[in-house]
Amino acid sequence: MPVDQASSGRLARRRDFDAIAEWVRPNAHVLDLGCGDGALLRFLRDRRSATGYGVEIDDARLLASVRNGVNVIQSDLESGLSEFESDSFDYVILSQTLQAVRHTERILREMLRVGREGIVSFPNFGYWRHRLQVLGGNMPVSSNLPYQWYNTPNVHLFTIADFESFCREHGIRILQRAVMDEDGRPVAVWTNLLGALAVYRLDLNRS
Amino acid sequence: MNTVAPPPVAQPPGSVGVVSAQKASFDRPLQLRSGARIDRYELAFETYGRLNATRSNAVLVCHALNASHHVAGVYAGDSKNVGWWDNLVGPGKPLDTERFFVLGVNNLGGCHGSTGPASVNPQTGRPWGAQFPLVTVEDWVEAQARLADYLGIEQFAGVIGGSLGAMQALQWTMSYPIRVRNALVIAAAPKLSAQNIAFNEVARQAITTDPDFHGGDFYAHGVVPRRGLRLARMLGHITYLSDDAMAEKFGRALRSGSLKFNFDVEFEIESYLRYQGDKFSEYFDANTYLRITKALDYFDPAAHYDGDLAKALQRAQARFLVVSFTSDWRFSPARSREIVKALIDNRLDVSYAEIDAPHGHDAFLMDDPRYHGVVRAYFENIETD
Repeated sequence: MPVDQASSGRLARRRDFDAIAEWVRPNAHVLDLGCGDGALLRFLRDRRSATGYGVEIDDARLLASVRNGVNVIQSDLESGLSEFESDSFDYVILSQTLQAVRHTERILREMLRVGREGIVSFPNFGYWRHRLQVLGGNMPVSSNLPYQWYNTPNVHLFTIADFESFCREHGIRILQRAVMDEDGRPVAVWTNLLGALAVYRLDLNRS
Repeated sequence: MNTVAPPPVAQPPGSVGVVSAQKASFDRPLQLRSGARIDRYELAFETYGRLNATRSNAVLVCHALNASHHVAGVYAGDSKNVGWWDNLVGPGKPLDTERFFVLGVNNLGGCHGSTGPASVNPQTGRPWGAQFPLVTVEDWVEAQARLADYLGIEQFAGVIGGSLGAMQALQWTMSYPIRVRNALVIAAAPKLSAQNIAFNEVARQAITTDPDFHGGDFYAHGVVPRRGLRLARMLGHITYLSDDAMAEKFGRALRSGSLKFNFDVEFEIESYLRYQGDKFSEYFDANTYLRITKALDYFDPAAHYDGDLAKALQRAQARFLVVSFTSDWRFSPARSREIVKALIDNRLDVSYAEIDAPHGHDAFLMDDPRYHGVVRAYFENIETD
């Protein structure tokens, strides 16, 4: 399956933007971890009058965010979120970033410390096309996983089922979930098989 | 002020070309933070670009320790005297003088044309010398605000500075929240550390213990505490460079190729420091140096708020760009992050770039594409009417 990496990467991001914008309350204060060129923050500002910041480590993406006129803080997610006070954001967002973060538990803990709620989206490794490619003997490449095995920034690939059991084990409550196929259409059944992209709204079970 | 029409001089593209300094006189007394008062004073300044009809495109450039109002361009007949931030300011440059009206000012107490210790005290008819009061960052901002009034600038589109200049940009957002839309705070610290103050104190001691200092009234003796200034500058230079930058530039290279076993210049770094010290002692006023290092030491906006910088910045309304450099050990990135955190705590608009540059504190004066790229992008998003 030929995949135009650049354009599909952009399209893939757009798909979770709508779901995220739907959940974000108007005038919310948001923190976008791994904000890339700041497109999501801009989208949330335009659609939801959201305020907030992006966090980005890469020089070129930081510059793109500044060009896009969004607030961006150059920082390494792996070293935590010490610049941010507890409960200082309505939402902390990891839009297709979690799979590229080495310390999964730490970043999710930090995310739900700083934000009252977290929003996480990720490509579902359990998507049927991905499974077929693995069965065929190759690592999957698709519009949601647009990289080759040798140049992927992803360090942890996981499925919808994996993520949900992770949440259960770590006292994380799933408040809302949206699963979509490669064209962004909602998937209601057999989500771990038919879903290409999953988006979750989470909080910490503090009881 | 140069009133003679300068001969045409070919300037490299991006230069504002030949510029001339201006002066503004103020006779409304300025109450200083120390309790002292200056009744009358002059400020030397330069401007580049055009103030637009709505007066909404002015950018103030604040200088650091040894610089001046000569930010960009050259003087007629002195094409080597290039403005200290010429790589950043000019037509098509990151701070684009085609869009912005840029103002550089020599701070009060300076030695490049504004009233300072070497100026004549009208009450005595002699140079102020030791009698010139100690000035602070807050006092400078006050004087700059009066210059803005004089030029008809109600609100700056931006205030930008590096190092001590960045402290002034930060102070502007607290002293005059509605008069500054954007603050560009580069290679800054929210206050000096004990180590920073220690370096300043050694520099001051070098000057004040020079026999030619005469308690600050050396003008009457026709001498300059050259040795003290020289040492102060040498010490300063060590703190402006990173260990790596020094190793890269000088290493252990020898002047003459072999050791001579005496106390003349042997290593290239010694030669460099002596050269910088000599050059500096030729033109810089010792009393100004003492006062500027004191202004650095005194700057601590959080002090009035139990050390809480976020509280100090509560009244700020500007948008911010904060930039630091990884190899800067004088004002390390951690110091800039303190500022960023205080701004985030106040939900103020801020972007922060941590530039991986090897040059140390001096990196803010260098032409690094990542650094200048971010500054350019930030300025491009500043609306001017």
